[in-house]
Amino acid sequence: MAATAIGADERVARVGPLRRLLVKPELGSLIGAVVVFIFFASLSDVFRSAQGIANWLDPASTLGIMAVAVALLMIGGHFDLSAGVQTGTAGLASGLLTTYYGLDTWLALALSLAICLAIGFVNGYLVMRTGLPSFIITLGTFLMLQGLNLGITKLVTNTVQVNNFDKVAGYQILRRVLASTVTIAGAPFEIAILWWILVTIGGSYLLLRTRFGNWIFAVGGERNASTYVGVPVRRTTITLFMLTSTAAWFVGNTQITRLTSIQAQAGFGQELIYIVAAVIGGCLLTGGFGSAIGASVGALIFGMTSQGIVYAGWDADWFKFFLGAMLLLAVLANQVVRRYAEQTRR
Amino acid sequence: MTEPETAPLLEIRDIAKTFGSVISLYGISTTVRAGQVTCVLGDNGAGKSTFIKILSGVYQPDRGELFLDGKRLILPTPRAALDAGIATVYQDLAMVPLMAIWRNFFLGSEPTKGWGPWRRFDSETAKRTTRKEMLDMGIDIRDPDQPVGTLSGGERQSVAIARAVYFGARLLILDEPTSALGVKQAGVVLKYIVQARDRGLGVIFITHNPHHAYPVGDRFLLLNRGRSLGDFAKSEIPLPELTRLMAGGAELEQLAHELERTSVGQEMLEDIS
Repeated sequence: MAATAIGADERVARVGPLRRLLVKPELGSLIGAVVVFIFFASLSDVFRSAQGIANWLDPASTLGIMAVAVALLMIGGHFDLSAGVQTGTAGLASGLLTTYYGLDTWLALALSLAICLAIGFVNGYLVMRTGLPSFIITLGTFLMLQGLNLGITKLVTNTVQVNNFDKVAGYQILRRVLASTVTIAGAPFEIAILWWILVTIGGSYLLLRTRFGNWIFAVGGERNASTYVGVPVRRTTITLFMLTSTAAWFVGNTQITRLTSIQAQAGFGQELIYIVAAVIGGCLLTGGFGSAIGASVGALIFGMTSQGIVYAGWDADWFKFFLGAMLLLAVLANQVVRRYAEQTRR
Repeated sequence: MTEPETAPLLEIRDIAKTFGSVISLYGISTTVRAGQVTCVLGDNGAGKSTFIKILSGVYQPDRGELFLDGKRLILPTPRAALDAGIATVYQDLAMVPLMAIWRNFFLGSEPTKGWGPWRRFDSETAKRTTRKEMLDMGIDIRDPDQPVGTLSGGERQSVAIARAVYFGARLLILDEPTSALGVKQAGVVLKYIVQARDRGLGVIFITHNPHHAYPVGDRFLLLNRGRSLGDFAKSEIPLPELTRLMAGGAELEQLAHELERTSVGQEMLEDIS
């Protein structure tokens, strides 16, 4: 770097390319993904075949869509523990409204979206209004939704699942949009993979190239400072919760369309996996730092590991161990990056 | 009294603010003129922060009025203050340490390009402008992508001031800009204050240090426990008197002794005289 004459501060010049690379939040997850791929690809031929790739991209896709939304929310400084059960709520609502109440499919989908948006709004509003940690607020809505999902499903169907979604009008169109497959190199790839890629691109664009994205970083990084410079903190936060709910709606309806039925407990426990993917992708638990692409790569690592263990012929129980170990590694790496980026000189 | 003939940019008349049973500010008045520095001095708990927050629209006063260019001014939000040309550089700088300099520089007022759904943050303009504005202040930041957290205190101060000036501030409020800094860095910030003043901005400089205030100030408002100890033009009050009013007799003498004993204090005393 050429020295510049005017008031050059020799200390500023020390920012080398390495440092700039280090503060890229998704770097760690990209390295991780390559390592995980090479590891399983060397253990199993199937893993690196077209069929294998289609198989591990499939779980990564729906998880990835959620992880991107959850990552944006985390960068904005909040958690949504209800995100997992909201996918269940969305699918159950669409299923019940059509198969049991005979509503038009599109109207049911719109209502299901409205329900999710309302949940997201309530989450965001309560967090902003009370100033309590979103962890507690959404833990509350998580438990409530879990109860509601089960309670209402049992009340209406007398079972714990909603079936026959393939009998509703317009199912074929839905199936084509949400659950069809595209054959590439002889292997069927789920259409959800395409949606996942689009959501990742959209999320990244939103985060890095729009005013709203700048506000997400700001409200998560330093809420008071954001208020002082005129960032609409409340609106930004509530919008993020509603975006997460929208993703849950999409994924929930993808699932019921794919399986033509949905369990009352669907999505339960997934909320932590979304957070794991976002953290592996470089999101700080404290907010203000992270990446949409990183979260997607986190989901990819999840997909590769969950399928790779099967292809490698290991017991599937090992999967959780690997996931946990990767989470720990990611958190430690993030900690270093944060200290690096935040270190202050007086 | 040798006040210049210009009309005051901002007039503060009889401001009061209470929080519950605590009177945080009572009966505060002063004026700020374009191209001048009004210093607000007071020890911890004097009400300086409340004073700033009223001027920047964070709090609304319970009593009293503000006049901008002779017109009544009401500031319901920080945004309204910014729109009126009042920019505040906070003690904690209102910056997000993990965000890049250029993102911080334009936070809340991001330039956009394109239209409709393609309206996006014009990052090229933002980066270019940040670099240029900082160069104008005599600092070459080189890499606007650096997180603000990696800058030194003085550099961050200068980013905040450059930001305020760029966004068309007519009145710059600086909240204790020198308090966290070393002597040398503090001197740099005092230079920025003079620079802003010479550009024709009105400056309100909040500090508890009369030795920082006196060299740059044109007007001095002294606060003590929420009340005004006086509002003086520079010609009306010499530095020893200002220091005495701020600290009170015995405390002042001790301070003077301490200052004489240390080399930093010597430097300071020399600077002042």
